[in-house]
Amino acid sequence: MPNTISFRLNGKPVRLQVDGNRKLLWVLRTELELTGTKFGCGHGVCGACAVLVDDRPVRACMAQVASVAGKKVVTIEGLAKNGGLHPLQKAFVENDALQCGFCTPGMILTAYGLLRSKRKPSRDEIIQGMDDNLCRCGAHTRIVDAIQSAAEEVKQGT
Amino acid sequence: MNTNNDLPLDSQENDRVRALPADLHSRREFLKRFGGGIVVFVGFGGKLAEADARFGQRGVPNDFNAFLRIAEDGRVSCLTGKIEMGQGPITSLVQMLADELDAPYEKVDIIMGDTDLCPWDMGTWGSLTTRAFGPLLRAAAAEARGVLLELASETLGVPISRLQAKDGVIFDRKNQKKRVTYGALAKGKPIARHLTVKPELKNVSEFRIMGQPKLRRDALEKVTGKAKYAADIRLPGMLYASILRPPAHGAKLKHIDTSGARKVAGVTVVEDGNFIAVLHELPDVAQEALGRMKAKFDVPRAPVTDENIHEHLIQVAPRGDVAAGGGNLAKGRKLATRTFETTFFDGYVAHAPIETHAALANIEAGKCTVWASTQNPFGARDQIARAIGFPGERVRVITPFVGGGFGGKTGNLQAVEAARLAKAVGRPVQVMRTREEEFFYDTFRPAAIVKIRSGIDDSGRMTLWEYEVLFAGQRGSEHFYNIPHHRTTARPRGWRGGRGTHPFATGAWRAPANNTNTFARESQIDIMATAAGMDPVEFRLKHLGDPRMIRVLRAAAKRFGWTPAKSPSKRGLGVACGIDAGTYVAAIAEVTVDARTGEVEVRRVLCAQEMGIVINPQGATIQMEGCITMGLGYALSEEIHFKGGQILDMNFKHYEIPRFSRLPKIETVILEANDISPQGGGEPTIVVMGAVIANAIHDATGARLRRMPMTPARVKAAMR
Repeated sequence: MPNTISFRLNGKPVRLQVDGNRKLLWVLRTELELTGTKFGCGHGVCGACAVLVDDRPVRACMAQVASVAGKKVVTIEGLAKNGGLHPLQKAFVENDALQCGFCTPGMILTAYGLLRSKRKPSRDEIIQGMDDNLCRCGAHTRIVDAIQSAAEEVKQGT
Repeated sequence: MNTNNDLPLDSQENDRVRALPADLHSRREFLKRFGGGIVVFVGFGGKLAEADARFGQRGVPNDFNAFLRIAEDGRVSCLTGKIEMGQGPITSLVQMLADELDAPYEKVDIIMGDTDLCPWDMGTWGSLTTRAFGPLLRAAAAEARGVLLELASETLGVPISRLQAKDGVIFDRKNQKKRVTYGALAKGKPIARHLTVKPELKNVSEFRIMGQPKLRRDALEKVTGKAKYAADIRLPGMLYASILRPPAHGAKLKHIDTSGARKVAGVTVVEDGNFIAVLHELPDVAQEALGRMKAKFDVPRAPVTDENIHEHLIQVAPRGDVAAGGGNLAKGRKLATRTFETTFFDGYVAHAPIETHAALANIEAGKCTVWASTQNPFGARDQIARAIGFPGERVRVITPFVGGGFGGKTGNLQAVEAARLAKAVGRPVQVMRTREEEFFYDTFRPAAIVKIRSGIDDSGRMTLWEYEVLFAGQRGSEHFYNIPHHRTTARPRGWRGGRGTHPFATGAWRAPANNTNTFARESQIDIMATAAGMDPVEFRLKHLGDPRMIRVLRAAAKRFGWTPAKSPSKRGLGVACGIDAGTYVAAIAEVTVDARTGEVEVRRVLCAQEMGIVINPQGATIQMEGCITMGLGYALSEEIHFKGGQILDMNFKHYEIPRFSRLPKIETVILEANDISPQGGGEPTIVVMGAVIANAIHDATGARLRRMPMTPARVKAAMR
């Protein structure tokens, strides 16, 4: 049954008439046309669909859209602010921390959550924190480097 | 490594890269855009014909306009039938074109995998982009540069010998005010011209852009979510399809009741024989409605499983095809004082790209346009045309970014399905596989068997090598050691078994056949080194004659800090060598093995590689790293379990691809070899990963693993 669901998406209010049981992933990709959030497995196992809900990474393929009512949702399209890339995005570019790029949005938003809970994670903590995000191209080592260098910048910037 | 200033990090808009010309809806529009541009008809002649024959790509056009366009504003478009799936041609091809043309790197855009705009291409595989397509692209650019110099000479009234081309401008060396841009030359001058003398490609000493480490040109789009993949294309009125799938390969549909699905508001059901799909404006609703269908299948009896597959394969193997041989096997056996017979086994391995197969098809005014995740857009075009009864020229395949391929995105079934459904319902239709469908319809790397009988004499010299590979394929099966009496046989040559071989489809998987062959060969070499009481690096060097292989092995040993020791030395160090796509690879790995659990931890992998002239050292390095990381999977954990045609591993929960926690310390070395033409880069490094780990496990424990993946259970069993 359609419900009215309101939340903030990438800094702007949205109000939708949708079945609240539907998964956030499909509502983002279809009605809202934000295709940066990717479908990878449909079981919350690969992390390609990670988005931020109130600043915490959530797997959009598992989250019901009703669960984000009244909350702040940020997708990869909303991470850059005022025309400037987020330090993580910049670090992924500078470190060539991607190949096919399909897992990249989920990697970046998961790393965002990691850096939020741990300002300066060790290499092992990054590996542990990212372990449930899958990459098939083998960009892992550069992703770890990128998160480390972004952590430096985030730290310096605050 | 200087990679500064390659990309505008302050800008969110990256208009430098146009991988997806979604705004160009037809060839006419494209030509309109370039209407003021130069149209030069030049036959390529000899050199390109040679290149064509070498790689069997006879359909590649001769006209260099097929490869590049120069617009009035001086921007250059690089046109290629190759596709970008992460391996980096979006950067390296632009380097080649810009350098040969003397155009500014930043002013070259690239359009990839669009069958209406790009020159015909067989497909993006075999590490052929740089070594086979590269020379074609460079020759086209060199010829265009030559023609532009002639035009400039006429325009400026200056002899060509006094002219210089640089950054898209041609000027008089004696009076630099006399200058003209490529864009200005192109303007309103459609000229048909042949160069009488074909220009040479640039020497490495003349490279300005090739050979420079360049960051990816698509990174900005990919970190901002702007990069479009096939499932990201949206058209007004489009529907999303979910398709009825059998529970097992070979299963037959006996009964179908679609009434449950039809009750869902907004659903359209398409029934075309066994091809049954549910379509809806929302993909998740279509998927949910599909679940409301009642289907009964007859599933055939399933005698073959992942447990007994090798026995079956040995029974059905076709007769041999000798790939290589020399000397006299009987003599080799006689000379051997010790012989070693080993059989190696490999299971089925999935491609498992994170992007599942997807396509969007739209039929409008008698033309079918399909955006597809595919490694071979031209093949897809022909398949679609056949399936919907259109002539080829009325089908256009556009390839957006592809989210990983590894040889698995060549079948194009999803593109054909989307086109059939679009035709059936008269609206644009997207097909995107679920993860389960992706595993089910994968063309797995075949399970395979390698039997080797080899021998050494009293001095520890190899005298005999009898090698037979069943079902992996021939690539990489030929050894490169000095063994006087040897024979290599592949049964069959390719990686697709005939009917009755595999219970499902098999196909090419990154460096097809070579992973299996290198695992077997390099393991067997180590077995003999151990028997001869020799250090495995020394044993190899003693039998190597090819200077390229000697060089990479020495480089790997030196950079790793290898000290000679007999294996098992308990250090957990392994070595392996391989050749793939013309590139030479030597790797050394360090592992620890948990004796209690059998768990293998790969701590360090160093790989030295010689790949001829390197176009983008940064991209080449990243491919090596990617191969090392991906290779950990087939070596240690990846294997498809199945019961007949029923695939038991259908998601990442069960099928374990390498994770961050598997990551070893990775070191790469690329050796300079500027006297050798560019060789393959996307696959070679992965071939050594099975053997280098198997040899390191042996060095750590004394246990010899003969079957991949080397799971904890198998390691434990081998240690007993």
